[in-house]
Amino acid sequence: MFAYTLRRLLFAIPTLIVISFIIFALLDLSPGDPTANLPLTIPPEVREQIRIALGLGEPFHIRYLLWLQQFFVNEPLNILEKLTGLTFGDGDRMRVISWQTRSPVTDLIVERLPQTLWVVGLSYVVGILIAIPIGVISAYKQYSWFDQLGTLFSMIGFSVPTFFTGLLFIVIFSVWLGWLPSIYDTNLRVTNLETFWQQVRQMIMPVMVLGLANAAQLSRFMRASMLDNLSQEYVRTARAKGMRERTVLLVHVLRNSLIPVVTVIALGIPTIFGGAIITEQIFRVNGLGQLLITGIQGADIPLVQTLTFIFAVLIVLFNLIADLIYGMLDPRIRYE
Amino acid sequence: MSDAVLAPGVVHAPQRSLWGDVWVAFRRHRGAMLGVIVFGAIVFAVAFGPMLYGVDPQFIDPRARNAGPSLTHPMGTDNIGRDIFAQVLQGGRVSLLVGVIAMLIALVLGTFIGVLAGYFRRLDGLLMRLTDLFLALPLLPLLLVAIMLFRDTLRAAFGPETGIFMLVVFLIGVTSWMQTARIVRGDVLALKEREFVLAAKSIGTPAPRIITRHILPNVLSPIMVSATIGVASAIITESALSFLGLGFPPDFPTWGRLLYDGKDFMTLTPARVLWPGLAISLTVLSINFIGDGLRDALDPRIRGR
Repeated sequence: MFAYTLRRLLFAIPTLIVISFIIFALLDLSPGDPTANLPLTIPPEVREQIRIALGLGEPFHIRYLLWLQQFFVNEPLNILEKLTGLTFGDGDRMRVISWQTRSPVTDLIVERLPQTLWVVGLSYVVGILIAIPIGVISAYKQYSWFDQLGTLFSMIGFSVPTFFTGLLFIVIFSVWLGWLPSIYDTNLRVTNLETFWQQVRQMIMPVMVLGLANAAQLSRFMRASMLDNLSQEYVRTARAKGMRERTVLLVHVLRNSLIPVVTVIALGIPTIFGGAIITEQIFRVNGLGQLLITGIQGADIPLVQTLTFIFAVLIVLFNLIADLIYGMLDPRIRYE
Repeated sequence: MSDAVLAPGVVHAPQRSLWGDVWVAFRRHRGAMLGVIVFGAIVFAVAFGPMLYGVDPQFIDPRARNAGPSLTHPMGTDNIGRDIFAQVLQGGRVSLLVGVIAMLIALVLGTFIGVLAGYFRRLDGLLMRLTDLFLALPLLPLLLVAIMLFRDTLRAAFGPETGIFMLVVFLIGVTSWMQTARIVRGDVLALKEREFVLAAKSIGTPAPRIITRHILPNVLSPIMVSATIGVASAIITESALSFLGLGFPPDFPTWGRLLYDGKDFMTLTPARVLWPGLAISLTVLSINFIGDGLRDALDPRIRGR
């Protein structure tokens, strides 16, 4: 298992390098110019000096390698310094600077990360909590009215895009009923019970939109996996031993059926970050997705490069985690 | 079915073919048939609707701004007085066209790569690494970035509408072939070991002919199922791009673009988001139901029942 983990990690490195190169090269083609927003009175030669000072005068491969160094060495060291309070080296490293805000990209990300994590994390939890009971009951009572309804629900949740459910929720719950705020108040500080309630209210819709979409996908997997296990011999054995139906279903079958579902959950996490881009845009949550969109609209190359690459790292990482979890949970799988 | 035209009284063993059986099984799938009807209605409305309805989606009627539904404007009008029904019909053309063409690109690419990887062992490792690499790319951010980068170039080259259409279709196509390639490769790997392929090889059939005559017809059913999924996801991707403001330009309605334009007027005219959203959802839902029915009908283990 350890050897397998190590080998997978080593395989991940070339993948990530190729992806980082694709992202860097694609963005490097862009017509964006960091001096475009400066006043027109600045003479061209000064403009050129500014560009060189930003590191744009170097040839392509040098800039790529410098970016890699910034991303993999400098920024992690900075984060480590901040967390531990220690200083490594002279503490003065070149950082990835956003063209729009002139601040280090890492700071922007650290600032936005909590909102995304809260919305994405909660929606995933909500999705799992909805999906597992639906999947279990649908499979146990296959072809019953509950199963038909559950299948229809998952089909609808699977097909209706989140940008429509989000807008629909706003129309229903904010415009018609007036129960929930349609815009996420980013200045809200949770200090007492009242502001906490406000925070809960403004998170309900984004979390539910993403959560229902997740639940639709997961309940399909859950149902299929339960059906696979229900027809296995060990279920008959458990029943023959005289176990109660509850125990058979919720202990034996459920635990075994969760194995593939857990890997699907792990595989889905990066996709959820992608989906959050749209949801954050609808409800104006100031998370990573919104940061990415503003970066793209403002042609803020370093910001977009870093964020896109972080998404790629997440995908590769969670693919690895899913494989490892599967190997750990299912004793029939043996990685050599 | 050809059986229906046989004269009564004549005893014939009913002729059966694979596709006849599939069709019988498909018709029994209630959801799939409903999907065919709804999707057919949407395609018909979108294809012939603009001609039958006869209202120019770009016509501005300043006296009827933000109007509710009425006889002249069945879905109301937008903030500068354009008819929403006409825009939804017109937008559907683009959305469906994007979906179908992007799916075709993805299907051709996916089948090509899948067959090559499955049939030629030497290419397998390389092509599958490529597939894994594409699967690890964060697609939505990259699509957004690519559109931002190449939008202006293509607009200058092919005009604002054709340019962006080609860009969106091409980008969605080349980023959604991976699942098809994987499925096709798996099937080809199994087919390659079968006796009929061995027989074809032993009489000296060249590889290209084996692939087109013996392999491709046998992987048609998974390809068809992934075609339905492909259309549905391409429509959603296009709408998502337009919804983020990085798809089609304004004045060029697609369902996603209409949603994007309508979302700032939700308190005033909620119809502006409801109808295009409903159109996307119904289309994707019906296509997914068709895909479900097709998968069941094409699966010989289920079809026999």
